[in-house]
Amino acid sequence: MNVTIVDYNSGNISSVINSFKEVAKDKVNIEVTSDLNKVKSSDKVVLPGQGSFKSCVDALYNFNGLVDTLNEFAISNKKPILGICVGLQMFADIGYEEIETKGLGWISGKVSKINNQNGKYKLPHIGWNEINITKNSKIFKGIENKSHMYFVHSYEFVPEDKNVISATTDYSSNIVCSVERENIFGTQFHPEKSDKIGLKIIDNFINL
Amino acid sequence: MLKNRIIPCLDVKNGRVVKGINFVDLQDAGDPVEQAKIYSDGGADEICFLDITASNENRDTIYDVVEKTSKKCFVPLTVGGGIRSVDDINKLLNCGADKVSINTAAVQNSEVVVESSKKFGSQCIVVAIDAKKNNDKWEIFTHGGRNNTGIDAIEFASKMESRGAGELLVTSMDRDGTQAGYDIELMSKISSKVNIPVIASGGVGNLDHLVDGIKLGNASAVLAASIFHYGKHSVKEAKEYLDSKGIPVRI
Repeated sequence: MNVTIVDYNSGNISSVINSFKEVAKDKVNIEVTSDLNKVKSSDKVVLPGQGSFKSCVDALYNFNGLVDTLNEFAISNKKPILGICVGLQMFADIGYEEIETKGLGWISGKVSKINNQNGKYKLPHIGWNEINITKNSKIFKGIENKSHMYFVHSYEFVPEDKNVISATTDYSSNIVCSVERENIFGTQFHPEKSDKIGLKIIDNFINL
Repeated sequence: MLKNRIIPCLDVKNGRVVKGINFVDLQDAGDPVEQAKIYSDGGADEICFLDITASNENRDTIYDVVEKTSKKCFVPLTVGGGIRSVDDINKLLNCGADKVSINTAAVQNSEVVVESSKKFGSQCIVVAIDAKKNNDKWEIFTHGGRNNTGIDAIEFASKMESRGAGELLVTSMDRDGTQAGYDIELMSKISSKVNIPVIASGGVGNLDHLVDGIKLGNASAVLAASIFHYGKHSVKEAKEYLDSKGIPVRI
């Protein structure tokens, strides 16, 4: 099996690579590439993302044909894809970080700044927070409710259809931190930095 | 609920741990990778390496350490010490660091903070503020605490937030190494001034100091070095103690 981590200059992805390689050991081949043919032929795709919504979307469009290839992979062919952090946020129709920017539009909704109650809560939301698992997501197999995950973000994904939400976390408000719709998975938190429990989520995704 | 973080810090010189955990079962007490692994297995919320390598020719040793550690530890890894440019940051991140902590370079040229936070995202840019009290204000020190800049630490904290820092690591030079506790006044002043998380550092001698840093200093995270070294306290003990004092921690 081939799992491709999309390398599209979205910032620091070495932790994502290290964690997937740790979980995959020698059983699964982990590719790190933006090569369209390799993305097309892989069994699963991971879409990481750091920095702003706009910078990630721009970076994605900078690679000719990459967005089309991802659309074909996730929407037409319905193969499993996991978005992490801004990778998840880009599933939305639109994001409001820096300036209004169109997302991939895979899961209807918007990405807006966390309401920190006029400075009562610090932003970014950095650190370990508990997740409230709201549906039986395949990537949460063996993960206990209220497990701790590592977060670092100032913007949140607000999906229109609440049925796609698989987990939330409580900060200044109730924040969507994981979604699942058919073959499309996303986590706002960083499984690659969430210790053994995070690696378990990666393992679940690899073994889908 | 967001948990307060405990961050053990390891001083690394020429690729070796200078002060560290002194456990009998350690194969190599000077190996930063092995020490970091002990901390992360023990529940450390993040790991911090402070590179105190003095000579330029040995500077590259930290890259090797970071690369090896990031393949073994799956909690956030922050690296500070000797970072001068966006290129240095890029190299560390590529080796597997999740955040970098910038001190002297941020004071000398805040464009480094602007540029690097734009390029890599604020989430990985920590500005380290080393401050010492002078009458009724705190002044910024650079070059590992050797140079007094006279810059007001609290104003500087605010400036760094506006330049794009994602977090501030605040060390009291008066308290560092004394084991007398954090400079609570400094921590709470900076924490109430800025909207980004503050990591308290410098002076921890016992577990109550960690409690004070969070409860009185309003720090989001507490960093300590020596209380975790030589097995005086484990990270687990520290967390259980904080929990018993009503502080939310990840256990």
